[in-house]
Amino acid sequence: MELKSNIPEGPLEKKWEKYRNDMKLVNPANKRKYKIIVVGSGLAGASAAASMAELGYEVDCFCYQDSPRRAHSIAAQGGINAAKNYHNDGDSVFRLFYDTVKGGDFRAREANVHRLAEVSVNIIDQCVAQGVPFAREYGGLLDNRSFGGAQVSRTFYARGQTGQQLLLGAYQALERQIGLGKVKMHSRHDMQELILVDGVAKGIVTRDMVTGAIESHLAHAVCLATGGYAPVFYLSTNAMGCNTTAIWRAYKKGAAFANPCFTQIHPTCIPITGDHQSKLTLMSESLRNDGRIWVPKKPGDKRPPNDIPEDERDYYLERKYPSFGNLAPRDIASRAAKEACDNGLGVGETGLGVYLDFADSIKRLGMHAIEEKYGNLFEMYERITDENPYKTPMRIYPAAHYTMGGLWVDYNLMSTIPGLFVMGEANFSDHGANRLGASALMQGLADGYFVAPYTVGNYLAGVKPSEHPTTAHAAVQAAEATVKARIEKLLAIKGKRTPTHFHRELGKIMWEHCGMARNEESLKKALELIPKLREEFWSDLLIPGAGDELNQSLEHAARVGDFFELAELMCLDALERRESCGGHFREESQTPDGEAQRDDANFCHVAAWEYQGEGKTPVRHIEPLVFENVHLATRSYK
Amino acid sequence: MSSEKNLNLKLNVWRQKNAQSEGGFETYEAPGISTEMSFLEMLDVVNEDLITKGADPIAFDHDCREGICGACSMVIDGRPHGPKERTTACQLHMRSFNDGDTIAIEPWRAAAFPVQRDLIVDRAAFDRIIAAGGFISAPTGSAQDANSLPVSKQNADLAMDAAACIGCGACVAACPNASAMLFVSAKVSQLALLPQGQPERYIRVRDMVAQMDAEEFGTCTNHGECEAACPKGISVENIARMNRDYLKASLTYRPEATGGGAG
Ligand SMILES: Cc1cc2nc3c(=O)[nH]c(=O)nc-3n(C[C@H](O)[C@H](O)[C@H](O)COP(=O)(O)OP(=O)(O)OC[C@H]3O[C@@H](n4cnc5c(N)ncnc54)[C@H](O)[C@@H]3O)c2cc1C
Ligand code: FES
Repeated sequence: MELKSNIPEGPLEKKWEKYRNDMKLVNPANKRKYKIIVVGSGLAGASAAASMAELGYEVDCFCYQDSPRRAHSIAAQGGINAAKNYHNDGDSVFRLFYDTVKGGDFRAREANVHRLAEVSVNIIDQCVAQGVPFAREYGGLLDNRSFGGAQVSRTFYARGQTGQQLLLGAYQALERQIGLGKVKMHSRHDMQELILVDGVAKGIVTRDMVTGAIESHLAHAVCLATGGYAPVFYLSTNAMGCNTTAIWRAYKKGAAFANPCFTQIHPTCIPITGDHQSKLTLMSESLRNDGRIWVPKKPGDKRPPNDIPEDERDYYLERKYPSFGNLAPRDIASRAAKEACDNGLGVGETGLGVYLDFADSIKRLGMHAIEEKYGNLFEMYERITDENPYKTPMRIYPAAHYTMGGLWVDYNLMSTIPGLFVMGEANFSDHGANRLGASALMQGLADGYFVAPYTVGNYLAGVKPSEHPTTAHAAVQAAEATVKARIEKLLAIKGKRTPTHFHRELGKIMWEHCGMARNEESLKKALELIPKLREEFWSDLLIPGAGDELNQSLEHAARVGDFFELAELMCLDALERRESCGGHFREESQTPDGEAQRDDANFCHVAAWEYQGEGKTPVRHIEPLVFENVHLATRSYK
Repeated sequence: MSSEKNLNLKLNVWRQKNAQSEGGFETYEAPGISTEMSFLEMLDVVNEDLITKGADPIAFDHDCREGICGACSMVIDGRPHGPKERTTACQLHMRSFNDGDTIAIEPWRAAAFPVQRDLIVDRAAFDRIIAAGGFISAPTGSAQDANSLPVSKQNADLAMDAAACIGCGACVAACPNASAMLFVSAKVSQLALLPQGQPERYIRVRDMVAQMDAEEFGTCTNHGECEAACPKGISVENIARMNRDYLKASLTYRPEATGGGAG
């Protein structure tokens, strides 16, 4: 397998312009003769489907929810970055580019990240034109706030519901195209297989989640915008349905999977209360603008937080990282919380929690200002915990949140399978080994509004409209048969344990062995435990009901089956990357003061895995990362 | 509000195999439910038990479980999303119930939202209303600089209040007439409050109302149940705003000139 990044020649800041000048175009009259499949209706999928339909292509869009508006992007709270420099505080495209590369611990491609920073400004314009109600100042202009890993104010937001508002903007653009007949929407359709004809992506097989019907859909190009795979940890901040199935099927058909072990553990989530827990709720990173994180200095201090005097508190982020303080990047803040709890300083009933305290900000800015900024988050916190964060500090703990890893793509966002494009969180993306806050929304919309419409067009310009198989094609029939056989196999086990049971057990293994800190011994242990549990899954799973009806247990089981396989690849990837970088902390590779120690001599590359068949070890390929515009520095936030 | 840590409950749940079949209530025991659980986590526990007994679990829509996607949709003891104000079913916690309670759980009931299974209904009618006009036509790439269009903070805030709708359909479920006025008016208001929304303002309201009428939603007779049931506190003021726009749209309606002729 060859990993050709296809980065255009020329100076960094001219590459994207050059690409657009050189790319091939499809004649406007011919565009309607091309069909494009977009799987996913989140920020990446909805924006891509709408934009490509506006250009004149015929688009088929899919999502597993009952409406495209419910894609998981809806849950993003805090904001979206853009290098507008509206605040005159020294921001620029280069600075956003630099912060993102540095934030990702120098494990992302320079050219992609620069393009992302360039189009960030167009995204805000586009969203405002659609009527996205961003927060404004009294003069009527757009307001900004700061997020972790940056020293400028470049984050645009709509209260604590930025993802919702951006997604509704994209969804409305999508619905407009549906109304015009340019997009055909397939809600409650689960993609279960990718169809290749002579090695080229030509369609997908779906299961209608209401009737159970297995259907093929064919097109000239296939785009996957199916989001992240954090629920491999069972408990995560993601929606319950987030899954790896679409990209996993593509992987097994030959698309390389890049950096699967790069996962982000978010530092500020509401702690777990018990075994019944089904998901974890994020408290937006924006809270760290005004909240101070601390633990008691004395282990086992059970006094209520407000009774602990100032000099008996350790504001550990401010102490360890004086220049970034509470706004240190996520990986660093998460590990610091874990360390505090490992040292017995954790708070709350389980001891797995730290305080996020607003008392000082309330004193400084007044209750009203805090309520304006974070009211809905405070309400959400109180609803879940029954505690009032205006009066008593929040308790927070890290949780699995985002996956930087995903299908490998070149500069065109095309995977190693021709005709298969991957966008948003589903690709291995521009975030390297750690994503900075407010840049996933930026990347999803950059991919969908401003990159894919160009690069997919460039690809289609080399494909004839007639190069379109029929459903009678043997490859299509074979793909459908695989899906049917897998469903029958799952239903036929008739064992004793539920999909949730297996999912929860898998999650525990992953959290313990491939979570916030990893080491060789424990990764090897996980690689023994996972196949054993997977065997039990395939011999003792119990799914009630049948395949030809609405069957939520079957949907869940099919996803868990894929998580098992992905989990193994994640551990393998984590084992092979014998360095610490970003969210991937290998205990063997740390500085004397416990910070992540990169190994640029041996690991300054993307690891892309190629599937070799059932039971065989996949092959690890390498795309070297070359840094010509930024200095490969040790990341310091001190 | 319960002070107990664990509750023993009885559930009366609507079960219906598919859109064609007739449904009915079934009773289930839910013993030892922790007050820390969310309502959906309580249903998870009941479902795990049903599955291990070889029975079909209760099907219900859910995804984000944090009150924002609008997927969860069930009537709990006669109220959409249950007893707690401004709270979706997924954010409702069991501490809102008492030991020994019997809880009735049903799907949204509205002709425009047919039941697909148990508590799951088909809400595609909402999508079709948005497709009919709930947007600003701003094709990708055509936008001007975002700050060239100032919006007064007051209007931006009001637009955001309206835009907070999660499209769950509780308003329809709560309305004695199963009217969709609150949902439609929230989108109409949001876009009418913004300068970007002006060019299509009156066409939008006309087209969206026409689609709403074409679906099987009832008419609004000002009960106000919708606002009370809305988990996001969307205000009925939006309906008044929409009615004004709709009236104006009807008075100023001119059929579009037929195309062609240019050039
Ligand atoms: C709680 C939370 C808060 C966040 N806050 C922020 C923030 O403030 N700023 C920020 O930048 N980022 C934030 N993020 C991250 C960001 O929201 C996501 O990375 C981003 O929205 C992902 O968008 P997407 O379009 O790639 O995928 P998604 O929005 O996850 O969409 C995936 C789509 O694919 C479909 N799909 C998936 N699998 C299948 C299948 N098998 N068949 C058919 N369809 C399928 C789904 O139906 C859905 O439509 C947050 C994330 C979480 C969890
Ligand atoms: S599950 Fe998303 S709002 Fe309840």
